[in-house]
Amino acid sequence: MASVEFINVNKQFGSFSAVTNLDLAMGDGEFVCLLGPSGCGKTTTLRMIAGLETPTSGQILIGGKDVTALHPRDRQISMVFQDYALYPHMNLTDNIAYPLKVRGEAADKRAARAQEVADVLKIGHLMDRLPSQISGGQQQRTSLARALVYPSQVYLFDEPLSNLDAKLRLEARGFLNHLQRDMGMTAVYVTHDQAEAMALATRIAVMDGGRIVQYAPPIEIYRRPATTFVANFVGNPPMNLIEVEATAADGRLALRAPGLEFAGLPMTDAIAAALARATRLTLGVRPEHLHVAAGPGPDTITAPLFANENMGPESLVTLERPEGARVTARIFTDDHLPLSGRVSLGFSPAHLHLFDGDGRRIPAAGEGA
Amino acid sequence: MFGNSYAVHALWNSLLQSVGGVILVGAAATLAAYALSRSQLPGKGAVTYVLLLFSSVVSGTAAMVPLFLIISAAGLMDTHVAVILTFAGGLLPTAMFILRDFIDGIPKSYEESAMVAGASPVQAFRDVALPVIRPGIVVVTVWAFVNIWGSFLIPFILLRSSEKMPASVAIYSFYSEAGTPIVTLLAAYSLIYSLPVIVLYLFVSWKFGFRFFGGIKA
Repeated sequence: MASVEFINVNKQFGSFSAVTNLDLAMGDGEFVCLLGPSGCGKTTTLRMIAGLETPTSGQILIGGKDVTALHPRDRQISMVFQDYALYPHMNLTDNIAYPLKVRGEAADKRAARAQEVADVLKIGHLMDRLPSQISGGQQQRTSLARALVYPSQVYLFDEPLSNLDAKLRLEARGFLNHLQRDMGMTAVYVTHDQAEAMALATRIAVMDGGRIVQYAPPIEIYRRPATTFVANFVGNPPMNLIEVEATAADGRLALRAPGLEFAGLPMTDAIAAALARATRLTLGVRPEHLHVAAGPGPDTITAPLFANENMGPESLVTLERPEGARVTARIFTDDHLPLSGRVSLGFSPAHLHLFDGDGRRIPAAGEGA
Repeated sequence: MFGNSYAVHALWNSLLQSVGGVILVGAAATLAAYALSRSQLPGKGAVTYVLLLFSSVVSGTAAMVPLFLIISAAGLMDTHVAVILTFAGGLLPTAMFILRDFIDGIPKSYEESAMVAGASPVQAFRDVALPVIRPGIVVVTVWAFVNIWGSFLIPFILLRSSEKMPASVAIYSFYSEAGTPIVTLLAAYSLIYSLPVIVLYLFVSWKFGFRFFGGIKA
């Protein structure tokens, strides 16, 4: 196990900049998720750790050692590929034991080791099959077994669960979490599924357009998203973002938007600074922090009902606001909510997030910058 | 027919030239196509198409005079090597083209996973890539064999002595002195001449089944 560090790494593909000025440090035993939409540079970042892409500039350190110019085989790493990359002409034993074969281990020894790992992953009874003769979940575990069969400094995962169906994905996710607790492995995990990142990571690096937007523990990302992009990406359903017109009056910040009734927030230096740049701010509130109010009143937002979905343990209530914007509330009840017409959703000012004209978070009172 | 030593020897010549050509084409096309598919050289697409264009010229009748001149200048006239090299030159570009397309369709992650797991590029090619592209190589090999086995013009022009002629050329000499074809010999010979290709097809189809190890369904 080892730490991984990026020092001002850039990666260009022709004129396209896939990764820009990346600085990222992760400690020994950390499980870091690179989270972002497709094309944000997260897979390129992972492949640069593996040595499958060479940075255009900058340095990559594994365990404090500069590996920027090293061939993948000299980096002592493991990787699980999105398509699993199981060798179709080898049975499971040979597939799992292949890393040991190229390390020159004797055939009986490596078969025994492969069996051992496969048993842990509950595919030990399939060792004579070809990859095409086992199910998708078993293929996924086989590729995991191949990554775990030899000692590695860093384990790399490239969207390993995205080819599984929803139920298997939850199961595999739980297993990875268990494995991480068990082994304390250093891992970099690429995903576009925020739930996976929240569940697995010790720290999440949210990426957009080749840059890291926020790098923090999951709960921090959830509680204090650095930008509207992060706020919109993490959480299911994502945070509601409401465009508001802000004015300062009597030491308070007044926010106006159609249907919004809100007494305002106490003025802070940070808010004043943001207000000086732009008066059009964004108000954020998570769906789980909204409740159905009796009617319009202080700290509510009111609009016509758009959808009322009962999901079993919770209901999603969506209102349609002007210009097609929507606000969704997540109400924890297994009763059907009898709603119609105009509906008011209430919130507590403590659960509000405020973003400036450029979408950057304005720290709330008492919250560090 | 087997009493006719000339006829039997011609079959042997055909086999020699075909197998020689096939080995050369198979090996060279595999390595070249792999390099063309996997490397990131600029203009590699152009290289393939230019080669393909040349190949249609080289194997055409129009190229026979320059070909004759080149071979005779190289001092290879009337040798098996001349025939093998000419066929290899003519078939290679198309073989490379077919194989490159085939290799392009195979996920790069096979070799990448092998290299991450500790394999050198050569090991990754031998252990992982080669078995996966084998069906493609078999297709190209069979295609090249059939091409060389059935070709008349090139051995006819490049070979002088009758004991080096392949079956495709020899069959034209089965006439009596009066100029009438010896139908019995021709019929028997044609049958035997066509057998290797049929046997090859059956063998390949039994051994490899012309099936493909595609990538695992995503």
